Amino acid sequence: MDLTNYNNRDISKDYRYVKVDPIPTTPWEKFKRVVKRTFSCELFVGLWIVFREMIKFNIHTVQYPAEKLPISPRYRAIHKLLRLMESGNERCIGCGLCEKICIANCIRMDTKIDENSRKAVTEYTINFGRCIFCGYCAEVCPELAIVHGGDYENASEQRAHFALKEDMLTPIDIFKAGKQKEFPGFGALSKNADENVKKTPLAY
Amino acid sequence: MSDITITINGIECKAKEGEYILNIARRNNIFIPAICYLTGCSPTLACRICLVEADGKRVYSCNAKAKDGMQVITDNEEIAKERRAIMEVYDVNHPLQCGVCDQSGECELQNYTLYMGVDKQHYAIRDTKRESVTWGPIHYDAGLCIVCERCITVCKDMIGDAALKTVPRGGDKLSKELKEEMPKDAYAMWNKLQKSIIGPTAKSGTLECSECGECIAVCPVGALVSTDFQYTSNAWELRRIPAANPHSCDCSLLYYEVKHTSVNNPKEKIYRVTNDFHYTALNGAARFGYDFQNEVERKDEEAFKKAVDFIREKADTIKFNSFITNEEALILQKLREKFGFKLINEDAKAYQDFMENYSKITGKKHYSGSLKKIKESNFVICMATAVRYDSPNTGYAINNAVTMNKGAGLYFHPIDDQIVNGYAKNMVTIAHEAGAEEYVLAFVLKKFAKDMPKELKDILDKVSDEKINEYLNLPEDFDKTLTKMLAKKDKFSFVIGADAYTHPKAKNLAKLAGAVERYTDFDVVVIPSQTNTLGVSLICDLGEHEGENVLGYNEKGDFTLSALGDGDLDMPALNQQEGTFTNIDKRVVPTNAALEYKGYCLNDIANALGLNRELTIDYTKELPQNSGYVPLEFDLMPNFFDNGGNELRGYILEEKEAKESIDFDEISKIEKIEGQLVYKSNPINQFSPFTNKAHQLNEEPSLYVSKEFLESLGVKEGEKVLVEGEEGSIEIKTKVDIQAVGNIPYLPTFDPSLNLNAIFPSKYRFAKVSIKKV
Repeated sequence: MDLTNYNNRDISKDYRYVKVDPIPTTPWEKFKRVVKRTFSCELFVGLWIVFREMIKFNIHTVQYPAEKLPISPRYRAIHKLLRLMESGNERCIGCGLCEKICIANCIRMDTKIDENSRKAVTEYTINFGRCIFCGYCAEVCPELAIVHGGDYENASEQRAHFALKEDMLTPIDIFKAGKQKEFPGFGALSKNADENVKKTPLAY
Repeated sequence: MSDITITINGIECKAKEGEYILNIARRNNIFIPAICYLTGCSPTLACRICLVEADGKRVYSCNAKAKDGMQVITDNEEIAKERRAIMEVYDVNHPLQCGVCDQSGECELQNYTLYMGVDKQHYAIRDTKRESVTWGPIHYDAGLCIVCERCITVCKDMIGDAALKTVPRGGDKLSKELKEEMPKDAYAMWNKLQKSIIGPTAKSGTLECSECGECIAVCPVGALVSTDFQYTSNAWELRRIPAANPHSCDCSLLYYEVKHTSVNNPKEKIYRVTNDFHYTALNGAARFGYDFQNEVERKDEEAFKKAVDFIREKADTIKFNSFITNEEALILQKLREKFGFKLINEDAKAYQDFMENYSKITGKKHYSGSLKKIKESNFVICMATAVRYDSPNTGYAINNAVTMNKGAGLYFHPIDDQIVNGYAKNMVTIAHEAGAEEYVLAFVLKKFAKDMPKELKDILDKVSDEKINEYLNLPEDFDKTLTKMLAKKDKFSFVIGADAYTHPKAKNLAKLAGAVERYTDFDVVVIPSQTNTLGVSLICDLGEHEGENVLGYNEKGDFTLSALGDGDLDMPALNQQEGTFTNIDKRVVPTNAALEYKGYCLNDIANALGLNRELTIDYTKELPQNSGYVPLEFDLMPNFFDNGGNELRGYILEEKEAKESIDFDEISKIEKIEGQLVYKSNPINQFSPFTNKAHQLNEEPSLYVSKEFLESLGVKEGEKVLVEGEEGSIEIKTKVDIQAVGNIPYLPTFDPSLNLNAIFPSKYRFAKVSIKKV
């Protein structure tokens, strides 16, 4: 998604001031306002606008759920675990930093040594009953493995339905179809990331 | 050692002459960075980061001795430059795998890199391929190793195995320009680092040691880790619970580190055991034998009722062992007082009798020595115990004494021990005849005793030097050797163990040992055989013969309470209980519950029988004061080491007078046992059914033999042999103890199902057998 619209936060040029009548203080002024509002038929002005739009069939509301508004990449919805771009392996290395930084203390993971002597994450859960969606986990993750997704439809019989590793990890078929999206929000590389790298000398 | 004053960073510090600056600074809460130094071990000067300026000269605070009036500055621009360069060098080619490294979060390389503010690297060198290897319970990742040599140092100076050394790394040579460009110490450190890596000393190329795991504890990075723990949890997720070693009499301070078992099992589990390695070493049983808990789902009311009824109506004896806390021992004693039970505890009884006779000579209730005193001494005699097996920590103390204090020592035991022999050049092992312990004591008294009473002198005079030589198999010219060994020695320690108090002539041995304390310069330690043998012997009135209806506590009885989960009513294991132990240092040390226990404990039974204390630890302040205990609440007991290494754990028993009566028995001739002997001892790291329950230590009981003895038997390792004793025989597998030598194998007691009574008709730990191939 293009971020230009979001990066430009200056909306002052579209400002205009609405004329507001002074608030009545004395009982006489209050009475005058009631009479004015009652007999100037303001109600019918509103009804007319609704009626006019209705017969024009010019509908401004979004046809949810058939239609959805695009959502800001900074929005922090239910988490996702991503896979590595080329190999499709899980990005999560089990470093446990998200577990440590989580201020709601709702992340847990099980790790073990696998047959290739690598650290394998056998289970990863977030307790969404506790999660406050602060985004620290995504921000601290050195591999950009745990990220926030954009799915805000979190109605289910149980919160646990989103909480396990298998629910969060990009399914392999979706990954193979190239539909895993890179996360641009919290913790993602900044545009000038390269400038911040200090080079380490190499003896090769 | 006179008292001196030195000034560190403008702060006046009191010290003893000859102390290292680093230790003085630490005691006074002044921080000097240091990686390779281990308190209580010799400085290696591998890291050079503890560089300070003393009286204007650059010295390494870990090995520079303080002089009166010395002015020390711990940090200036030049030193900071050196330190930063050293940290940069350590970071060269160090794999960037902190994310998965087990040490991450408690890594000294991480800490110091951040502390020195290393945010840029100036140096580089071609990396060398370094393979990681697994040595049984110890995993070594050479890639992560920074060759600080702490593992080598601790193994040599503390543990005594000396199983590790540096081996050539095969790294590139540093370029000559660097010598000019780099700070001096950083260059010297790097030059050394490029040449070495850690490897085992054994010729076989694999690690041959007693597997205590202390090297894992001291490793500042993730190079040495427990194979079992690797990649199972991050350090910061674990909750540390201070406790005491529940398996052996040293009761060292350890930390159980617990966390939920897994994502779908919130029940807590012990992941590993750690320790304050600067001040205390753990033996392998403590480090690897932590999961011996008794898992109970609920209170078994029916079994509880049966237990209470049995005790109230039937029982006349309580049989137990010394793997219990002081409080539990006191509960048993109170039950005895209330209901008149006999308390049977074979192990503590033998110890109690021994100490009673011992006290008759010394006039004091407790022996005078301790592990700390052993560590401070420079001449140690150890007898009547296979010390590395019975009490590894006593072995560590002896090794530490003879290596660090330029000391010497004698080790008397029928089974020779090459590892003890290797503690130091001046450590002499003497394999005497089995049963000749009286002669060992006679030899020691003859050599060292002063102002002996006539009774003792008469008895010693009857023991001829020839007889001593004959029974003890002293090497030639031993008198000369001993004189050499004794040169410049002023602090003496004497260790005596379980062979003495299970000996048929234990009574006289006790008196002679008492004479060693009273009439020589030696401080004596009598090694308790089980965790709390000393405590039980001080708290309980023990009987000798069991009655008809026996309540067993962790022992087989007509009704059995068991923390092993195999009895009629479950009890909490020692990692599920709080309470205190009385350890070998005569120190009452607290231990805490690492895991939840949902069943009944001994206090519940006591309450049902009318003793009425809310918690087991309510008994702590009631421990018998006539034995030296202090009326101190459990919750008021400290349990830590301070920065100066002072042990602030619980309290030390007060010394109590005992009734003196000086008389000795004749030292009688012994019958040399011809033929095959067998010894009763657990392998290293095994002490009881509890250690054997732990998943990392679990093994089948075997006949433990040396390599050479296995060959002479003509069997292969693992094949069964028939061991025939005087009263029966057992068929048992053979297993090689790689550190053992000689022709006396040993049989373990950690499995109660092994019928050892058939082999050992008396309590004495040696027995005559014949061993045949099956």
